[in-house]
This record gives sequence, structure tokens and C-alpha cells, in this order.
Amino acid sequence: MSASGSKRRALSRRALLKAAGAAAAGAAAGAGGLPSAAVEAGTPPSGDTTQAPPPSPPPTRPREPLQALSAAEADLLDAVVDRLIPAEAGSPGAVDAGAVRYIDRALAGGLSHLRETYRTGLAALDRYATMTRGRPFRELGPTDQDSVLIDVETGGATWAGAGFDGSSAAFFALLLAHTRQGMFGDPFYGGNINYIGWDLIGYPGVRLSAGPDDQRIDVKPAPSRRSAYDTDMFTRAVARGATRGGPDGDPA
Amino acid sequence: MAIQRNPVDVVIVGLGAAGGVAALPLATAGLTVVGLEAGGWMTRRDFSPDEIRNNYRDWPHAVQKANREVPTHRPNPQAPTTRASSHPMMNGVGGTTLHFWAQAWRLNPWDFRVVSETTRRYGRPRIPAGSTVEDWPFGYDELEPYYDLLERETGVSGKAGNIGGTRHDGGNVFEGPRRREYPMPPLRSTGFLDRMADAARRLGWTPFPGPATVNSVRYDGRSPCLYHGFCNKGGCHVDARGGTHVTTIPKAQATGRLQVVTRAHVTRVNVDAEGRATGVTYVTGREEIVQPARVVLLAAHVYENVRLLLLSTSKAFPRGLANNRGQVGRHYFSHAQGGSVSALFPFDLNTWYGLPAQGVAVDDWADDNFDHTGLDFIGGGNLWVYSDRRPIAAASTGTFGLAPGWGRQWKAFIRQNADRTNTAYLQKTTLPYEANYLDLDPVEKDPLGQPVLRITADFQDNERRLTDFIHDKMERWYREAGAVAIQRNPLGTMGPSTHAYGGTRMGDNPETNVVDRWGMAHEVPNLGILGASVMGTSGARNPTLTLQALAWRTAEHVARNWKSLL
Repeated sequence: MSASGSKRRALSRRALLKAAGAAAAGAAAGAGGLPSAAVEAGTPPSGDTTQAPPPSPPPTRPREPLQALSAAEADLLDAVVDRLIPAEAGSPGAVDAGAVRYIDRALAGGLSHLRETYRTGLAALDRYATMTRGRPFRELGPTDQDSVLIDVETGGATWAGAGFDGSSAAFFALLLAHTRQGMFGDPFYGGNINYIGWDLIGYPGVRLSAGPDDQRIDVKPAPSRRSAYDTDMFTRAVARGATRGGPDGDPA
Repeated sequence: MAIQRNPVDVVIVGLGAAGGVAALPLATAGLTVVGLEAGGWMTRRDFSPDEIRNNYRDWPHAVQKANREVPTHRPNPQAPTTRASSHPMMNGVGGTTLHFWAQAWRLNPWDFRVVSETTRRYGRPRIPAGSTVEDWPFGYDELEPYYDLLERETGVSGKAGNIGGTRHDGGNVFEGPRRREYPMPPLRSTGFLDRMADAARRLGWTPFPGPATVNSVRYDGRSPCLYHGFCNKGGCHVDARGGTHVTTIPKAQATGRLQVVTRAHVTRVNVDAEGRATGVTYVTGREEIVQPARVVLLAAHVYENVRLLLLSTSKAFPRGLANNRGQVGRHYFSHAQGGSVSALFPFDLNTWYGLPAQGVAVDDWADDNFDHTGLDFIGGGNLWVYSDRRPIAAASTGTFGLAPGWGRQWKAFIRQNADRTNTAYLQKTTLPYEANYLDLDPVEKDPLGQPVLRITADFQDNERRLTDFIHDKMERWYREAGAVAIQRNPLGTMGPSTHAYGGTRMGDNPETNVVDRWGMAHEVPNLGILGASVMGTSGARNPTLTLQALAWRTAEHVARNWKSLL
């Protein structure tokens, strides 16, 4: 009577990641907000007779081919998640963890129903930045970027003609939830590269069994550094249904 | 034209917590049974330790019938109606027991006698105004043999506190008398749970390990729990949790008399001119199929039980099946599951592993276990602290007002405190009220064009006052254990819930109840209703063990009285 197995397997995605090399690229990208600050402070070197160049977005780092987002959307998202979970000296953030890669793959797969929400929301966020701070989001300094995000978070950006579909707060909640999922979720989904997120919060990792010593109050189990799908034990199904992207739901 | 299947003795609608149990005594008694289940079979391979899938993409809840039939909700008839994006219950053989928390509580004897006991101890005026609560048609003693039976059939671990009236320290000394110890010892404790238990004892309270439908040792050929931490809305990868898909359903199939039909979407219960049930109609793929049966058992969870009855109109039942007295959908309530309390400790707790059923309980403030003289509510709450944390949830925890929700300061907070918070789950007595009910939504439809259910319900003063009282107790417990910050989370409103009750209440009086004391409809003698929809009170407990005990009892009644029901 099992009609479910073969169908679910047909929906499966290949385990694409485990590309440990991709993390190396991420490590260099930490200081996302700095270039625009340099533009604001900088004057052309003396003797340079050419005009000061117009503010330009920070350079784009090389990335894997995108599955759902446009390059411009991915660059904008990188700048956003870098403010939500910033990289600091010795402490990588959401950009390094591949949060945008997580979101991109989700929008091409299990969360494809949210593709349009992202397209509209990101365009509105950038339009709001330009309308209220004079420049697109990526060209703003960190303080202005944060103030734009606070407006979006609180719903203050909703009625500014930026074009949010509904409340800007709803879009921000989605962004924040997905950024956290990309930072702290299983690496199978494209984020949490090199277990950056799990190391940050001290999560000792996925295990199939935890013994009494793993539950002592003053013991920290050694990190397992594995994905749920490192073995062939589990079906690699991809969720396709609705998501609220929110916190844990009703307990059962 | 609909395809006609061969008649069987009993058709069960829904093979979850209730229907999956009822199938076994029926098949064992020699009756032929068809179990119609809207979902499919799942196996251990489907139960990966994957937080994104289990907790954030509503899998395995996704791609299922229930999610296309989410009830609407309004707190009262004047308030706007809203609709959640997903249903709290799931479809699949085993139903929500595939992934439930598996706390296996019995109700307290008081829960069966709320009206008479409250009246006796405090006077009739202490029954909250507007409540339609009644005593159950029987007491705890009537259900005790079935509790005992289910604890063994599904495999429950725990520690008794009252065996035959004798107090056993270390267990729940407030529980009703049980005939014997649990079939398995309790799930093990942890460093953090030990600390909480010590704090409770210092307060003079009586902590104990909670009962769980989870193997603490090898049981019935199934593995003990491995405590890996993905039990919360996830399936068990070693079948240590005693969902009906690995316990009663396979046993019923082994008799050769249970036929499981998956992907069956039941659309109505059919009746003849005399108003007797003749079977059900279901849709699978593009086919419409009629399954005739001599007895119909509805076991589709509270919301779908009620909806199917209301949709099954006929000449004999113009307002819906078994609803000529207008009681279908009445006496609805959902548990006061909201109103948890969170705590921040100044040290790591190491609660990354475990499960929601691995915890320490305090019942000193539950039910009528304490004197309510001078208080402004009846009932109480069960305090429940457990070991369960996953990384995304840990990073999404509240910051106790100590940091914003993102950015550099948030990152510093979460880096230090991700493993220093704990949230207690406080189940509280909830009562039925005249103002709270279920009916069909006048606007929203499912993909077949049938109205979805509408919930009109909100918590009342008794629940709100009780929540404040329980919050105080929980805060005191956490602070005694060393917590440095507390956050009290709001009760919210009474929207769709896993812990839904009523709508087809059980009672002797057919004017106020849909089913009789055996679970058979007063107006339709060969229609039985299984699940929490028959429960008239909730206690401060998870409903599953009680509704399973009731389901077994109804099925046994059908088998024993087969000739008189026909």
C-alpha cells in the first residue's frame, strides 16, 4: 500500500554541497560594509586631475551559478545578511556561512512559492533605500544600511511608495528567518558552510545517538561536524509545502 | 459514477492516534475492517535529523490533505476571521503519532468530575460563568483499565506515584490510583533536569519524570530511545516512539482482517432513510469510491470529525449527521498551550540533545491538587521542563530585552547564550464555554469546493487568571534553579491547535452531548466517534493517551455488542 516512497524519491535533490573549497572564498569576504564608508571619507589623491568617481557598489565576490536569484539580487542579499549576522574579526558571519546560497537554493526548490515575494521585496528594499537615503542599499554605509533595515523591520517602510507587497515587516521577518536558517541549518541545504553557524553558538552537531555524558550540564560534547545526509540512511526529500518561515510551531 | 467497494463490518476514517488503536480490538475480535487514511506510509528513512525539514518547512506536514483544509478562526463573532498557513495535525498512517511529543498522561480523577468536585469543595458559584462543562458520564476508575492496556500496547515509560492507593515517592503522587507500575522505567534524566528537580524539592514541591510513549529500554521488539534531539515534530529513526504505525496498526494487519487504504480522502458519511450510517464516500485521485460498512467509526481529529458530520447532510439529518439537536461543534475548546515561560541562566545547560518527553514535571499546581479557596479560578497547570534544543531554534530564541534581534549585539548575545535558555511548557485546565464553538466557514472552501471549518473561540477569565498563577509558580521554580532573567509569554487566543477538544462531546444527556458513554452517536446508533472531540474536559494534560484509551474502549464496545448495534 505504500504509494509514497517512489514519489518522494522522484522529488529528491542531489546532495550538491560538501564543497569545502567554497568556504575558503567566503572567509575573505567579511568586511561587507567597508567600501562605501571608504567612498564617503575618501578624496582623490592629490595630483589626480580626473573627477572623483561616482559612488559605486562594493565589488562582487565570485559565486557559484545562481539557481533562482539574479546576480543583482544575490549581491543585495549578501549586503543585507551581512548586517543581520555580521562578520567580525575572528568570527565569520552570514555571508561566510553561505546564507544567500541557502536562500537561492531554497527559492529554486522547496520555497519556490516565495520567489516572487523575494523579487518584489528586494526591489522594494533597494527602492526604499534610494528614496530615503539617496543611494541604493549596497552603496550606503553600515549605519544607514542598519537604519533602512530597521524601517523595513518595523513596518515603517511599508507606506513609502517603495512597493512592498503588504507590510515591509513581513518581508523582513522572512529575510531574518531565512538568514538564520542559512546560518544555523543543516549544510545539506547550502548554508552553514564549514559549520560556521553551529560553531558560533556551540552546537555540538548532528548525532544519531546521544549518551548520558552528552547530557551532563558541565560537559561539552565534541562537535560531530556532519550533515544529516552524510550517510545514505535517510531519504533526501525536499519540502515543497507552505512555510511560515517562523519559529517552532505548535507543539504536539 | 462512484465505484462500490464490497461491504465490510467496520470502516474507520483516519488511521492516526485514535483510529490506529481502534483497529486492533476490532480485527482481533474477528470483524473485517477497512481503515481509510488520507496520507501514506512513512518509514524510518523519512525521519532524518533535519531541523529545516521538520520544523521550518512543515515537513512531514507538507503535501497533505489537512493543509488544504486549515480551519479559519475568529475570537468572537464580531472579530475578523483569519486563517493560518498550515494545519497542526498531519495525514499519514499513524497520523500525528508519527511525530508527536509522546507525553503519555492519564487525566487526573478530578478532570472527570469538575462540576461535582468543585461544587462539593467550593460551591456551585465557582463554576465559571458561561461554561458548559459537565461531569463525564463515568469516572477515572472506568478508564483506568484502558489506560493500563494502552500503556502496554503502545509502550509507555514512566514512574508510578500511586499504585492501588499506595503512594510511591519519585512518581506523580497526585495521579489517580493505577493497578501497577509502568511497563518501562522513565526516560533518563540529565544534568539540567537534575538541577531543576533539586530546585523543586527545595521549594517543597514533588518533581517526577513524566510518562512518555517512548521506549526507555528495548520494548516489544523496538529500540530504546537514542535521545538524538530531533523528536520535536520529527519522526523517530529507530521506531523508539510508539506511534500507532509501529504498534497497534501492524498488529491489526497481522490478523489479516484490517485493510489499510492510503490516499483516501473521505468526503461524507452516508445514511439510509432511517438515519442509520451505511458507509462512507471517499475520493482517491480522480475516483469517487463508496465503502459500505455496518458500523462507521470517525477518527479524523477534532476538526475533521466535526466537519465531516456537518457536511454529511441528509433528509434524516438536514443540519449535519447526528446534529438534530444542534450539539455538533458545541463544547469546543483547545488547550491553553500558549503562555509558556522562558528563563535565562548564567551558565550553559547542555540541552542540545534529548526530546520533549524527556523532562521533569511538577503537579503540585495542577487540577485540584491545591486548595483554591480564596483564588479566582478553578483547575491548574502542569509544569513541564524538558531537554530539547536545535540550532535554528536556539538562535531564534528571545533575548530577554538584553539585545536586539539581529546585528552585532545580537550575535554577541546568541554566541554566549544559545545554550543558556530554557522554555517551560505549561498545560493548563481549559473549559468549554457557550461562546466557543465550531461551524462551517461561510467563505473559505477546500479544493473540492467544500467549506472548511470555522473556529469561534477565545480564552476566558478562568484561563487567563490561571495562566498568571502558573506563570508565578514557574518563575519561582526557574529562579530557585539559578535563572537570572525570565520572560512570560502571552496566552494568545484559541486558534487551531493540536490539543483541540470537544465538538462531539460524550455524555448521557443527548440534549447536550453528541455521543453516549460508549462513544456511539445518540442519534445514529451505528456511528462511533473517536478522538479528543468526545472529551468534555482537558485537564492539564496532553490528550493522546486518554483519547486512545477511549478509542479502544469504544472499539471493544462495538465488538462485544456487535449484534445489538446492527
